[in-house]
Amino acid sequence: MTAILRAAGLSRAFGSFEALRGIDLEVCKGQRLGIVGESGSGKTTLIKLLAALDQPTAGQLWFAGREITGLPERGLGFLRSSLQIVFQDPRSSLNPRMKVGDIVTEPLRSKLVRRELQGVDRKERLREVLAAVDLPADSGDRYPHEFSGGQRQRIAIARALAPKPEVLIADEPVSALDVSVRAQVINLLADLVDKQGLTLLFVSHDLMVVRHLCDSVVVMQSGQIVERGTTAAVFSAPRTDYTASLWAAVPRIKV
Amino acid sequence: MRKIQLYTGLALIALVIAAGLVSLVWTPFDPIRVTADRLLDPGWPHLLGTDAMGIDIISRLLIGARYCLIVGIISVSLAAIAGVPMGVLAGLSGARSGWVDEVVMRVNDVVYAFPALLLAMLLAAVAGASTVTAMVAIGVATIPAFARVARAATLEVAASDFVLAARAAGTTKWSIAVRHVFPNIAPVVGVQASVGFAMAILAEAALSYLGLGTPRGTPTWGGMLRDAQDVWYTQPVQALWPGLAIALAVLGFNLLGDGLRDVLDPRLREVR
Ligand SMILES: Nc1ncnc2c1ncn2[C@@H]1O[C@H](COP(=O)(O)OP(=O)(O)O)[C@@H](O)[C@H]1O
Ligand SMILES: [Mg+2]
Repeated sequence: MTAILRAAGLSRAFGSFEALRGIDLEVCKGQRLGIVGESGSGKTTLIKLLAALDQPTAGQLWFAGREITGLPERGLGFLRSSLQIVFQDPRSSLNPRMKVGDIVTEPLRSKLVRRELQGVDRKERLREVLAAVDLPADSGDRYPHEFSGGQRQRIAIARALAPKPEVLIADEPVSALDVSVRAQVINLLADLVDKQGLTLLFVSHDLMVVRHLCDSVVVMQSGQIVERGTTAAVFSAPRTDYTASLWAAVPRIKV
Repeated sequence: MRKIQLYTGLALIALVIAAGLVSLVWTPFDPIRVTADRLLDPGWPHLLGTDAMGIDIISRLLIGARYCLIVGIISVSLAAIAGVPMGVLAGLSGARSGWVDEVVMRVNDVVYAFPALLLAMLLAAVAGASTVTAMVAIGVATIPAFARVARAATLEVAASDFVLAARAAGTTKWSIAVRHVFPNIAPVVGVQASVGFAMAILAEAALSYLGLGTPRGTPTWGGMLRDAQDVWYTQPVQALWPGLAIALAVLGFNLLGDGLRDVLDPRLREVR
């Protein structure tokens, strides 16, 4: 299998504070990688680097075999829209002053995107992705605030899917949502990843969900990867106390 | 009842606008022509009396409202059209190429440090004192206020997740400014415009009073105040009317600004 994303010695410091320290990571096509770790361990910082939304202070990064470290924005067209993100909180990831239709089709209007997207009929694609995330067909004419939290996250997912990406990154996509709708959104994501054969990077502190959704996992602590492996291996036989404690913190229902 | 400020402000502004509109078609007496009925006390038919040139005070006040609005609109537009794009540019480049931000904001500091009064004197010396030079001086002097407000608001919007998402979607900086930044900083700019409007009215009155703005004979409120000074010891009430008009208009726009700030505050909006 070929690595679609590769990081070597990736570090990110904010002033004197090192949020990430020497991350080495390889993600293969079709892989479903869970990224877990306590709050503040650097998960969001890492995915912002992987998505080229931030610059590392040290280290290198490749996407589809091409180095992207230090590339200017106009050189990143091949990555934009091949890699999409669903952010944690749809209340802040959707522009309150744009209609849902414009939000969802924004990736299709980019001048930087891959060439094969340039001929896509935006209205048609909007219909497709709204249907794919189970939103009413007329949602495009409305504004984000007219939707519930769960629906808004579906809008964010629709936007991520619109440019037919290869890699989908989800940063704790349900932790800002009502408990009652979390399972629906997770199942929707799982479904879409399956159907479209996406490569998934799934950030979460809910280990049960990671076990359900991912085939492999990295465990982060204070800006470093402290453990990695297949989901089954890491969860059945954690090698560090830290991982064991994360796992122990999961509430379990006795049957 | 947070909206009481907003509504009081709107009511006062509506009053000024109504006066300005009425003056376009009708004033009780000729607002410019000098007559022999000088310095009449309030009564009939001159409800508020006449001034030192025998002109009906109500008529002058009505026309003055028009000047006040024109001055406000032009100088605020000038300041906003120049200041807001500067602030957005500075804010958007702040994160990546810091020098653009640095240059734009230092230029603003220089303008800010340059007294509006001095600018007005310079302009008056070069082009002759007129309403136009006063408006330009006020407009230029308030550019930095707009640039700063726009920059601060842009920094906030640029750090939001929806701008990150737009960047991840390959949206160019230009489109991000147009689609995401401008619509989201509009409320803040509106508040600044309202407060700037109040300041412009006050500044124009002050400049007219000092002889650096609208020339004598033009019925502006600042000009009326200046004329009233000549009869201050015998008829102080002459200063009351234009003073009151200026105060109410300034109050109106300041209240509108404060009211808008409350109504549009995003932290309060989500909880509706
Ligand atoms: N822009 C920033 N400036 C300063 N510190 C930051 C910034 N972004 C993140 N951090 C810090 O980096 C650490 C990791 O943050 P983050 O990646 O958001 O953690 P996680 O997503 O795992 O909860 C935190 O301590 C956070 O305070
Ligand atoms: Mg996070």
